Amino acid sequence: MADVNRGNRPLSPHLQIYRPQLNSATSIFTRITGNALLLGAILVVWWLLAASYGGEYFETADWVLTSFVGDLIMLGSAWALWYHLLAGLRHLIWDAGYGLDVKSSDKMSWIIIGGSLFLTLFTIAIV
Amino acid sequence: MAFLTDRKRASGMGSAKSGAEHHWNMIVSSAALLILVPLFVFTFGPMLGQPHEVVAEYFSRPFPAILTGLTITAGFIHFKNGAQVAIEDYTHGLTRNILIIAVTCISYAAIATGLFALARMAL
Repeated sequence: MADVNRGNRPLSPHLQIYRPQLNSATSIFTRITGNALLLGAILVVWWLLAASYGGEYFETADWVLTSFVGDLIMLGSAWALWYHLLAGLRHLIWDAGYGLDVKSSDKMSWIIIGGSLFLTLFTIAIV
Repeated sequence: MAFLTDRKRASGMGSAKSGAEHHWNMIVSSAALLILVPLFVFTFGPMLGQPHEVVAEYFSRPFPAILTGLTITAGFIHFKNGAQVAIEDYTHGLTRNILIIAVTCISYAAIATGLFALARMAL
């Protein structure tokens, strides 16, 4: 009986049959922001390396990071960082066993969206 | 294959193998980053666009240097583990292995580069 029906079992329903919801969207964005942060992080490390050498090397790196495209990447990274931080906090709360019902999850979704926008504006104002 | 029992084929395939430890490491690094990231944003942020003397002097001080070193280290370890989960979700076989190795190498290279840069500015 060991080899009956291998690899030919019914599959559980996947993404495509579900209507997009607030929870699924905020969850997917957690992954997207987390991975997208690689670009900004690599740029910052490169900028630090250039800063340790100074001179023309630093000027090049500093120009890249403060150019229009650089500003855009840094602004996007700031929002992604705050979003990922708040969404990660929700995961820690979930892992601790709290807020697992739909109502609490939705409430936290709005806090993540609103909070990340607020913190990004706050960062622009301070930095 | 035909000689394998159901029990034998299933054993070691479940989440109890090493998934729990991986997840625990994500929790530990995310708890650390919860503190480090806000501090880092307002430490590193004002330095962008400053002249070189200011930047070099700033990052040779203990607080900005140690904070930046910790954030880069914890951040890239968190990225390495998180990206690995994403890779395991979407890819299989050789592609999966190559991507995980690449992400691991990039992460440790970034940590080493960041710490080298900070040490160079501090000394």
